[in-house]
Amino acid sequence: MNQSPLIPLFGYFALLSLFAVGGANAAIPEMHRIAVEVMQWMSDRQFTDSFAIAQISPGPNVIIVTLIGYHVAGLAGAAVATIGMCGPTCVLAFVVARTWDHFKEARWRIAIQAGLVPVSLGLIAASAFVLARSADHSIYAGLITAVTAFVGFATRINPLWIFAAGGILGLTGQL
Amino acid sequence: MSDSTDSPIRGPFPARIRPSLYELFRSFVIVSISGFGGALPWARRMIVEQRRWMTAEEFNEAFALSQFLPGPNVVNFSVVFGSRFGGAPGAAVALAGLMGPPLIIVTVLAILYARYGELEVLGRILAGITAAATGLLIAVVAKMAAPLFLKRWDWAPIIAIAAFVGVAIMQWPLPLVFAGLAPVSIALAWIKR
Repeated sequence: MNQSPLIPLFGYFALLSLFAVGGANAAIPEMHRIAVEVMQWMSDRQFTDSFAIAQISPGPNVIIVTLIGYHVAGLAGAAVATIGMCGPTCVLAFVVARTWDHFKEARWRIAIQAGLVPVSLGLIAASAFVLARSADHSIYAGLITAVTAFVGFATRINPLWIFAAGGILGLTGQL
Repeated sequence: MSDSTDSPIRGPFPARIRPSLYELFRSFVIVSISGFGGALPWARRMIVEQRRWMTAEEFNEAFALSQFLPGPNVVNFSVVFGSRFGGAPGAAVALAGLMGPPLIIVTVLAILYARYGELEVLGRILAGITAAATGLLIAVVAKMAAPLFLKRWDWAPIIAIAAFVGVAIMQWPLPLVFAGLAPVSIALAWIKR
């Protein structure tokens, strides 16, 4: 490798983290765009595999960046991607947390909060779309997505069961 | 402060016992390893119901703040919560507790995937999980969208659709879409009130 991928790895995730209102799930399309299309660090399948592994791992879903980082540049890549994704927003959270209470009733604060909700909704919907496009190559996979969407909406079942069912169906079916 | 639809409210719990740094760390370790499919319900249970470090209202406030900040919500929450009780060391300790164990586990999984990722069997299982997880994400979207779209059709659904089209269909970079939509959305929220 002539040029170290660590710098773009850090830069992209640091930038991305500052715009990811709605959390890690809102940032999936941008991660996909960068990692698969722009930088071509990984294939479409490797990306969705990373997503799946992050989902079944305990802890925050943002951990997908650790997997992408590891894939690109080993342990150093994992560390750099994770720090990039969490560092800037942690500093921001720390600073804002100290001052936030003073503005509890401020009109601008309420406007910002209300204004960002639809943006993050649109971003998370885009994540679902991008994942479905990458993952649902067969009718069978599309069916799994459709059924889990319904079950997830209508019940409060523990996601682990749904992941287990998805894994078994994937293993035995025509994906 | 109005509660968002998803915020885990309920029950009056008298709060206020100050955690030590060690307790902060330990609690976030527990939250992180029990938090499959979102760590927040676990965080609430521990902080409000078991340890009584915050009242339900204080928790919702801190939660709303973490949700509105960019970046991973639970990570933000650990910083907001940790800093409230222990300043910068508290924030660092809570963050380390939250991220430490998952980082170790995921690194091991990444090493295994690098070695066995090409296996066809593994690929099928992961593809099934991705299909299912995508469905769950659609369910989350539907739950979030319901109050926004059903109540009344004002600016909010239009902004949501615009964000979706910009990122998913046009495949524009996220910072660009955000810079275009967030100010408009905030301005509309300001006027509307």
